Amino acid sequence: MTEEIIIAGFGGQGVLSMGKILAYSGIMQDQEVSWMPSYGPEMRGGTANVTVILSDARISSPYLKVFDSAIILNQQSMDKFEESVKPGGILLYDPNGISHHPTRTDISIYQIEGNKLASEMGNKKIFNMVILGGFLKIKPIVKLDNVLEGLKKSLPERYHHLLPINEEAITKGMNKVFLIKIENGVFV
Amino acid sequence: MSELKLMKGNEALAEAAIRVGADAYFGYPITPQSEVIEYLMAQRPEERTGMVVLQAESEIAAINMVYGAASSGKRVMTSSSSPGISLKLEGISYLAGAELPAVIVNVVRAGPGLGTIQPAQGDYFQSVKGGGHGDYKLYVLAPASVQEMSDFVEDAFAIAYKYRAPVLILSDGLIGQMMEKVILKDQQKRMTDEELIKKYDDWATTGKTDRERNIVTSLDLQPDKMETRVNKLIKKYAQMEREDLRFETLNCEDAEYLFVAYGSSARIAQKAMELGREKGIKVGLLRPITLFPFPKKQLFDLADQVEGILSVELSAGQMVEDVRLAVEHKVPVEHFGRTGGIIHTPEEIIEALEEKIIKNGSVRHHKTRESSIL
Amino acid sequence: MEVLDIIKPENQVFCKTKLMTDTALSYCPGCGHGTAHNLVMEVVEEMGIASDTIGVAPVGCSVLAYDFMNIDMTQAAHGRAPAVATGIARTWPEKYVFTYQGDGDLAAIGTAETIHACNRGENIVIVFVNNGIYGMTGGQMAPTTLSGMKTSTSPYGREIETMGSPLKITELVANLPGVYYATRHAVHTHKHARKAKKALKKAFENTRLKKGLSIVEIVSNCNSGWKMTPNDSNDWMAENMFPYFRLGDIKVNGKLK
Repeated sequence: MTEEIIIAGFGGQGVLSMGKILAYSGIMQDQEVSWMPSYGPEMRGGTANVTVILSDARISSPYLKVFDSAIILNQQSMDKFEESVKPGGILLYDPNGISHHPTRTDISIYQIEGNKLASEMGNKKIFNMVILGGFLKIKPIVKLDNVLEGLKKSLPERYHHLLPINEEAITKGMNKVFLIKIENGVFV
Repeated sequence: MSELKLMKGNEALAEAAIRVGADAYFGYPITPQSEVIEYLMAQRPEERTGMVVLQAESEIAAINMVYGAASSGKRVMTSSSSPGISLKLEGISYLAGAELPAVIVNVVRAGPGLGTIQPAQGDYFQSVKGGGHGDYKLYVLAPASVQEMSDFVEDAFAIAYKYRAPVLILSDGLIGQMMEKVILKDQQKRMTDEELIKKYDDWATTGKTDRERNIVTSLDLQPDKMETRVNKLIKKYAQMEREDLRFETLNCEDAEYLFVAYGSSARIAQKAMELGREKGIKVGLLRPITLFPFPKKQLFDLADQVEGILSVELSAGQMVEDVRLAVEHKVPVEHFGRTGGIIHTPEEIIEALEEKIIKNGSVRHHKTRESSIL
Repeated sequence: MEVLDIIKPENQVFCKTKLMTDTALSYCPGCGHGTAHNLVMEVVEEMGIASDTIGVAPVGCSVLAYDFMNIDMTQAAHGRAPAVATGIARTWPEKYVFTYQGDGDLAAIGTAETIHACNRGENIVIVFVNNGIYGMTGGQMAPTTLSGMKTSTSPYGREIETMGSPLKITELVANLPGVYYATRHAVHTHKHARKAKKALKKAFENTRLKKGLSIVEIVSNCNSGWKMTPNDSNDWMAENMFPYFRLGDIKVNGKLK
């Protein structure tokens, strides 16, 4: 099994750390992992993206043109990466701030209102965990236990009191993600 | 205890420096390698092992601090990225001339000039053709994974002390910034001062005791003495070629075409190879792990088997010159690579193979080594 | 007394330090480097620290200092001696590390290394020989060349408007907290040499006490570069160099004078 994922959004949305938690989770279940971020000036207030690969075999290129899954969290990333999803792949996005919604019909498109759900839970910082929950519902490539273990590993100990709310956010995301149907280029 | 961790290449390299028992690191911040010194500072290595870590006022100062520590026998490392390495070249030439062991790491970014901070492999010439002034070479290791960023630190120190010569780890922004699983080796003890004095008493400037004084210098004003010094270096480089060449081949047994790529490009070319094989193109990959020494003979031999070779590097075409020299025009050798910090995709590489090599059909030149000399 | 009697050990009143080799000095006759070398080595010998002393000699007339000083020495690139010394001193904190640098080396090409080693208060001694000229390369203008002074690159005299003023780098670095001791001396007379030796001893003593950086400037002559006889060059130095580069302590025990 190999899963090639792009996560893209604004710097500060927790894009890189979401990727890191996925990678940690992969390690927890003895997989090979790679985490390749965009870095530099574009991170500072601009767009940030990270390519995460989980595989049972040695990973060749950590840098890819097409992906099995795309998690898209702003309009610039939608413009850049919608076409990068392999036919039959999935695209998960948060509609917040999206004016041009995806239109492809050869992939499965899912929505999750991560921003809204995180606000409702009273902690905007768990936004990326809501999204991750949504993704894992669609693609259960890593077990929840391993995610929580990965989370523990990637969070400094002083933040470990936040583990329960993160778990709650993941569960929330799992429950609230939904498939979108597109016909003739519009939502149904 | 060996440990499994998820780490950035730069961090794995820094951690390895502590674990192999390095005595000192001197550096100066530059993207995309600043994590090396940041990680080291955060780790308090002076408490962990007694290792000295110091942020110098410039790359020039850093390499000269390396020169000083190395001259007194200490295991010492520095790292930088392309523009910073250009500044270090004077010191690197002195290290080579004075026969000092040291490890230098270049996490390459795109150039020339200030360029950009994104990954590139445009420092190949600088690394393997000397770079600094005079007749010297660097033993150059090119890691292609976070694991190798860690492992090659130990390997680099071993070679540096085997030959009493500076060794370069030529990485790039992609390998430095990406995270992968890495197995960290056990902590090794730093050599005590007494052990060090005993071991390197014949050359290191540790203080003159009953022995003759030790002098570390690259200066010989008498031309005949200077030539002797150069000849000694040349002999070392020949020995490196005989004993310490490293490379890796993938799917070369039945290959009709060949990618040659190192570092991050080798990883991407491997994916391109997988894509090619899915399409029925029998392509293999030769990955030089050392760029000097270079796998010349292996390429010369593979050229008898394959129809054409594509050298893939994140540059305008540098290593391709050495591939052509090695292959001696037996088969077409072309270059493909993006520059400016753009990373080529596996798809682009396979397209380039089709366009630059396969499309032209078989144009094998049946040359022998003898005929090619003419 | 016959010559053979004079050289008998029991009649000996003075001898060269064992830390100077028998290699003939390559310096021009009349040059102050030989005396300065000798003083540094005498201090090291008298303190009994030869086996723990490492010298760093960068590019300049004294690049071959290791031919004359019978201790472990490292030759450094032009201007980089304070960085090289930092590398040694940081990894060998119990050793005595000194640099022996000229004015072009310390105050021009190596300014950054000088200032930052001083600012970090590296536990080293800098011996700075200032003769106002690039001697080794044939008498070009140095950062310390006096106003109006003729050199091969200021053939009509140093013009302050276009070439800047002679740099008092010892005063400059004395203002840095990392510098514990900054002093300026000369070695052209016995009296001056004795004072210089005392200063050098104090500097190495500071290293022993881990007080940080000591810089001992020695204003010296360059009779070849200045195109004078040795005696004339010493007179000229006293008349012209000393008023600008004033001899004496600049900073002692961390306090500016």
